[in-house]
Amino acid sequence: MLTILFDGVAYGMILFVLACGLSVTMGLMNFINLAHGAFAMLGGYVTVLAMQRLGLPFLWALPAAFLAAAATGLVLERLVYRPMYAKSHLDQVMFSIGLVFMAVAGADYLMGSSQQFVHLPAWLSGRFDLAGIGVGRYRLFIIVLCGALAFAMQWGFTRTRFGSRLRAAVDDARVARGLGIPVNRLFALTFAFGSGLAGLGGALGIELMGLDPTFPLKFMIYFLIVVTVGGTSTISGPFFAAMLLGVADVTGKYLVPQLGAFIIYALMVVLLITRPHGLFARGRA
Amino acid sequence: MSGGGIEARVRRSLYGARRWHPAEIVFWILAVAAFFLLPRQLLILNEIAILGLFAVSLDLILGYAGIVSLGHAAFFGFGAYAAGLFAKHASADPLVGLAVGMGAAGLLGLLTSPLILRGSDLTRLMVTLGVALILGELANSLGWLTGGADGLQGIVMGPVLGLFEFDIFGKVAYLYSLAVLFVLFVLARRIVGSPFGLSLRAIRDNPLRASASGVPLHWRLVAVYALAAAYAGAAGALLAQTTQFVSLDVLAFHRSADLMLVLIIGGVGYLYGGLIGAVAFKLLQDVIASFTPQYWMFWIGLFLVLFVLGGRELIHGGIKAVVGRVARLGRRSPT
Repeated sequence: MLTILFDGVAYGMILFVLACGLSVTMGLMNFINLAHGAFAMLGGYVTVLAMQRLGLPFLWALPAAFLAAAATGLVLERLVYRPMYAKSHLDQVMFSIGLVFMAVAGADYLMGSSQQFVHLPAWLSGRFDLAGIGVGRYRLFIIVLCGALAFAMQWGFTRTRFGSRLRAAVDDARVARGLGIPVNRLFALTFAFGSGLAGLGGALGIELMGLDPTFPLKFMIYFLIVVTVGGTSTISGPFFAAMLLGVADVTGKYLVPQLGAFIIYALMVVLLITRPHGLFARGRA
Repeated sequence: MSGGGIEARVRRSLYGARRWHPAEIVFWILAVAAFFLLPRQLLILNEIAILGLFAVSLDLILGYAGIVSLGHAAFFGFGAYAAGLFAKHASADPLVGLAVGMGAAGLLGLLTSPLILRGSDLTRLMVTLGVALILGELANSLGWLTGGADGLQGIVMGPVLGLFEFDIFGKVAYLYSLAVLFVLFVLARRIVGSPFGLSLRAIRDNPLRASASGVPLHWRLVAVYALAAAYAGAAGALLAQTTQFVSLDVLAFHRSADLMLVLIIGGVGYLYGGLIGAVAFKLLQDVIASFTPQYWMFWIGLFLVLFVLGGRELIHGGIKAVVGRVARLGRRSPT
């Protein structure tokens, strides 16, 4: 039972890293970016390619995945995302679905439709027993890494100059501009960072979630659930939402596999009805 | 100018759109003429008619009430399964089956409507998406009822009105779908032009002001949501009846996404948008699939992106120019 909980937490951690980039873009720029999963997929494929073609070790492939996704995010933000900020939610949804379709077909064309695998280094594979809990080494690695990331982000968001400027720009972009805060650059950087996190999440998640061209569509729902349930104005909201979701999903799939993803969707609908603005929403219409 | 009174002017401007425009009549004549002009394409024409009805359904809530939905396929699929199961286990009569599909989906819309009354656009997108996903999972796991991944097979339809037997060329199918589309379309046209429809537009433009001026916000939204659900159910039922097969695909996410695309191509907020969009979408799909069958998704995606980024005015400007020209032609020849 505790093993399931442990696996669920690890899964939730990955979901958090994947989704918090989205909660940043969605919360900050009020932009519904359904194409977030495409950045995650990019990170995953970069990892696979880096390890198979270039022979990079796993730990080096992770930053590569982050950088590749972040750079792509930066370029795309400049080229196509920026004109979309002012458009309606519906337009943003259509636009980003279009990007997802392109990413899915493009990945299929370039990489083939089969499932991709990576070989984890020996010290990351296998399980050991700790007080009766079966601890997967890789899952432990994920929990530690993502936990550290979450703390760093919370710290960066609330304690640093960058974070306070960002929060100012979010709350009122016009006033922030008036105070001399470079809002556009801030948003571009944040967008790139969020995309990079997605790439990292995708790279870490190959082992747990798999990687094939339908990845962005398959997991889009999960990211969106994390963000909408967690709310977009804090880091801790998506974090708890991701944990809840990860544990519920893994538990459900272990105990009642025939229900499939049903539990997650039902959980989401219930949570959204009871807390329409997220778990820890600030008063916001 | 008979009455210059303000009341008459208001009435004229509110209900002026009720009269049939010549271009509309031309549109429906073309739809019927397609039956004779394109006898080999009847199966595709049938699909277009069904997609058009489905798009009209989404337009009712999106274009007129401002409710965004990413899960409209829920009602389409529910109607399809309801009609399919009804035909299999109860009665093979198409019209009764159609009513059953519509009623079932409408009821589902009524039951799920509380979900769309709360929260922002984003919450609505997610909740509607969630409902469609839940139904998809249910249809998959209730294999004894729905056939699961194999689809619902063994649907046998009786003749329409007891007279017209369905054939393999889709002759009866197209005329049947077109007739249903036409009847429901005329009804929808009446509804959006009625005081009820006008109050929906008031809600769409400014919910706060609408409720301040005495529009019962919640009930209007519930009513139009259930209505749109019934329309989507009718489209699903038509698909189940004319293809005599229902698969999990009717509930899939891409069906909702495609539908959005259809409506966006055709234009949101005037009922013909859905119909024009359905024609354009199917043509586009056909053309793209013929030169790159495997990666047509890419081109659809590219099309979407470019479209939203700035191509929309171009296309809609073109459509408007054509419609305007046809309208002028209609006016010039008094009959």
